[in-house]
Amino acid sequence: MKLRSLFARWWAIGVGMALLAGCATTGPTSPADPFEPWNRAMYDVHQVVDGKIVKPVAQAYVDYAPKPIQQTIRNFFGNIDDVFSAITSLMSGKLDRAGNDMGRVIVNTLFGIGGMIDVASDGGIPKGDWDFGLAFGTWGFQQGPYLFVPLIGPTTVRDGSGLAVRFYLGPVGYVPDVPARNVLYGIDALDTRAEALSTESVIDQAALDRYTFIRRAYLQRRQYLLYEGKPPADKEEP
Amino acid sequence: MRTAIRIGLLALAAAFAASAYAQEATDAMVKRVSQDVLQTINSDPKIQAGDQARIREVMEVKLAPNFDFERMTALAMGRNWREATPEQQKRLTSEFKTLLVRTYSGALTQYRDQTIDYKPLRADPNAADVLVRTEVIRQGQPPVQIDYGMEKKDNAWKAYDVVVGGVSLVTNYRDEFTEQVRAGGIDGLIKTLAAKNGGGAK
Repeated sequence: MKLRSLFARWWAIGVGMALLAGCATTGPTSPADPFEPWNRAMYDVHQVVDGKIVKPVAQAYVDYAPKPIQQTIRNFFGNIDDVFSAITSLMSGKLDRAGNDMGRVIVNTLFGIGGMIDVASDGGIPKGDWDFGLAFGTWGFQQGPYLFVPLIGPTTVRDGSGLAVRFYLGPVGYVPDVPARNVLYGIDALDTRAEALSTESVIDQAALDRYTFIRRAYLQRRQYLLYEGKPPADKEEP
Repeated sequence: MRTAIRIGLLALAAAFAASAYAQEATDAMVKRVSQDVLQTINSDPKIQAGDQARIREVMEVKLAPNFDFERMTALAMGRNWREATPEQQKRLTSEFKTLLVRTYSGALTQYRDQTIDYKPLRADPNAADVLVRTEVIRQGQPPVQIDYGMEKKDNAWKAYDVVVGGVSLVTNYRDEFTEQVRAGGIDGLIKTLAAKNGGGAK
């Protein structure tokens, strides 16, 4: 509970300060990113914390933890994500997706030892990727300003709110034993960070300015997901 | 007279065969080229040993001829493309090509152990611009779509964009290019690209 309320408070501070920073800016390079100076500062904070602590730990985990254990952990948390993918698909009125994801949860929980083995993927039920941010999107909410949040990474007001809802609902937060709960939070975070390592090496190779590259990639990706692979045409075509 | 007709018919048949080949070509071509590249990546001992220079060499030979780098650069430049002199356009294209080939080889090697599903092409047979869809199947993770925007130019199909999971490799550079041009002009952008390419080689 402590971690969760801390997160909420810190989120509120972040958004508040981002709004303040936005007032002081002149001429942002991207209309989607009115708080760019603030976001860049947060990006720098992230680079330091992530580069010194989180990334090395995640890299060590990927390099030294046995692969089957890594896969089991990913499957376990992935099964929880599937529950939320099903719920949020339903919220968006996407019944096919909701059915697919619910099917995955049932199959993996029953036959995959509580979600530790991804039996559903092997059986040809692909993993879904719906979330609260996308559900809000289908309800007509726009992305709102882009935000870069240390340790969380690129997001927007809409997606970040979705993330906050997801974080609030748990279910790790309901584990009664505090040390066990914190360990679970830690492993979840580690797995998430480890998953991003491979993408990151591509970004390092590709980007002239990582901040701008990540922003554009994030916004493109979310738009693509929201429109299920058929986003409206880019208006900036020359 | 009869010979003329015969030659005419023959030419017509050849044209039909050629166009039929071109229809079939886009999705089949993507499959052939990427499988060829992946097979080389997976079997070349130097690449297996982590030789980045060798990977780039393979990409340069097998992949690069199938891309329209000038179009890619123009798309990434947006309205700044027309501001550039022909000489600048040439240099931009050459630097951007180097960067893209490197990035793409890095991205492709990430997926080398995965299964790639090649989607059947759904396009107007006479279309000059098609999207070839492929999908990388990953265990325990959502599949990644890799789509190729392809255009027919001088009777040959060439890719002008690669879209990985909805992120276009080309348009993703637009903000960066705009920023660079705003800060240091087109020459500034060329310099940054050259530095990036030089820096990546060490």
